[in-house]
Amino acid sequence: MASIYYQVPRFSLRFAPVWQRNFLVWRKLAFTSVVGNIAEPLITLVAFGYGLGSMLQNIDGVPYIAYLASGAICMSVMMATTFEALYSAFSRMHVQKTWDALLNTPLDLDDIVLAEMLWAASKSLISGIAILLVLLALGIGWFPGALLVPPLLFLVGATFASIALAINALAKGYDFFTYYFTLVLTPMIFLSGVYYPVTQLPEWLQAIAGYLPLSAAVHLVRPLLLGQMPDQVLSSLLLLLAYCVAGFYLATILTRRRLLK
Amino acid sequence: MTILTVKDLYKSYGDGDNRHTVVDGISFSLERGECFGLLGPNGAGKTTTLRLCLGLTVPDRGSITLVGHEVPADARQARLRIGVVPQMDSLDPDFTVEENIYVYGRYFGMSRAQVRARIDWLLDFSSLTAKRHARIGELSGGMKRRLTLARALVNDPDLIFMDEPTTGLDPQARHLIWERLKALLAEGKSLLLTTHFMDEAERLCDRLAVIDHGRLIAEGSPQALIAKHIESQVVEVYGDNASQWAGSASHLADRIEFSGETAFCYTDHPESLLQNLAGTEGLRYLHRPANLEDLFLKLTGRDMRD
Repeated sequence: MASIYYQVPRFSLRFAPVWQRNFLVWRKLAFTSVVGNIAEPLITLVAFGYGLGSMLQNIDGVPYIAYLASGAICMSVMMATTFEALYSAFSRMHVQKTWDALLNTPLDLDDIVLAEMLWAASKSLISGIAILLVLLALGIGWFPGALLVPPLLFLVGATFASIALAINALAKGYDFFTYYFTLVLTPMIFLSGVYYPVTQLPEWLQAIAGYLPLSAAVHLVRPLLLGQMPDQVLSSLLLLLAYCVAGFYLATILTRRRLLK
Repeated sequence: MTILTVKDLYKSYGDGDNRHTVVDGISFSLERGECFGLLGPNGAGKTTTLRLCLGLTVPDRGSITLVGHEVPADARQARLRIGVVPQMDSLDPDFTVEENIYVYGRYFGMSRAQVRARIDWLLDFSSLTAKRHARIGELSGGMKRRLTLARALVNDPDLIFMDEPTTGLDPQARHLIWERLKALLAEGKSLLLTTHFMDEAERLCDRLAVIDHGRLIAEGSPQALIAKHIESQVVEVYGDNASQWAGSASHLADRIEFSGETAFCYTDHPESLLQNLAGTEGLRYLHRPANLEDLFLKLTGRDMRD
């Protein structure tokens, strides 16, 4: 009995209509959704970038606002995908019983988890691209390397969506998600070099920071928006992929245990 | 031809002392074109049996063959030919009536054009054409249930699973649902429904099975079950001194049961009982043929279930 929970996920193209369902709902509210997704990081940029930036010297030879923007875009994608894979997915799974309706069709639970993961990543990519366009309008990131940023942001979105779906499968209510934000994501933001270089941290914290998925994301994306080539590309990509695959497998196991009883 | 075969199905939850058997050796089969009802009190194992048949949970033991496919191994293929009307409303509140059907059809791998071609008929069948562009929040309970039924028919299923299809509906809405279900049966569709409404079961079901504590305790056509298990006539006696009266009249009925202030007298020959009642002051009574509810209460008892 228990063994069916741990089977390797089986994928099929049947996930596509579920992704499309979420897209159709999003399309009805797209404008407000994107505005909300851009407004928050933009406020951060203005407040910290200009406010704090005017008092700071350049960081690593880069104006502070550009330094901050190149990290904040990763943070925003992480937040956007997490919100979708926690609050919105939980509504569909638990409150609206949309997933129950899906399970009565030829869809398997693995298809649903895959669709939700890819959808959260897609939605966060849309807001990531919107933020990128705003940065370009502010004169930040006019480098050929910026073209590599969207695919990286999709991977970042997929990674944090997978982890969030595992949390989603454990939740009894919306309150549970607050713990994840305050105990996991917020500390991770401060440890991942979004606001200041990781080298400012004590060495033992730097060691931990090196294994965080958001660190890897910032490590890859920031140089591309500052006209540099990232180093340790392979190890950073592998770290993100490892979190993505492990998170997704955990999400499928926990969701099966929750819904296929 | 058999469309669903269930053999020796077992399902339990928990471990050790907390082990609780929900489905305890159930077998039944459903012929094409037939309406089969699973009757039972709350917690009897009806919904779990449906979930097992759909492959949504794996049985501890037993076999299920649904529209020619082994379940759960081949449940996905089986569900392609099945429509499901769940007990809990699971319509998509972000979509209109029409969009709900459209999106649901896509889950079955139907093309845009295939679904579009069916929507008009489905809206007409469920009397929702006027509500085509309405949001789910604007619909009454009966409309929601009809839309859930229309949605379940989008893939033109051979067999429709219905978990308590009319619970929570007013009488008008229930009659409309029953009429639609009869229309489906007339088209040759098969129905598997769970219910605890005896009038619903009596109206719709060709055959039914009574389930209690995870076991199938009786099976057959409603008439045959009543004839087999119950005396043909019932006299219900109401009034303050009904129990006092029953004490003196116990020899006039085969069986007398109490529920509140009512005495239910079961007998095949009610003449002398009725004569006795006609001569007794302060009692009201109702003489009627035995029905499915009498059978149900006899088999599952009058105690409350949670």
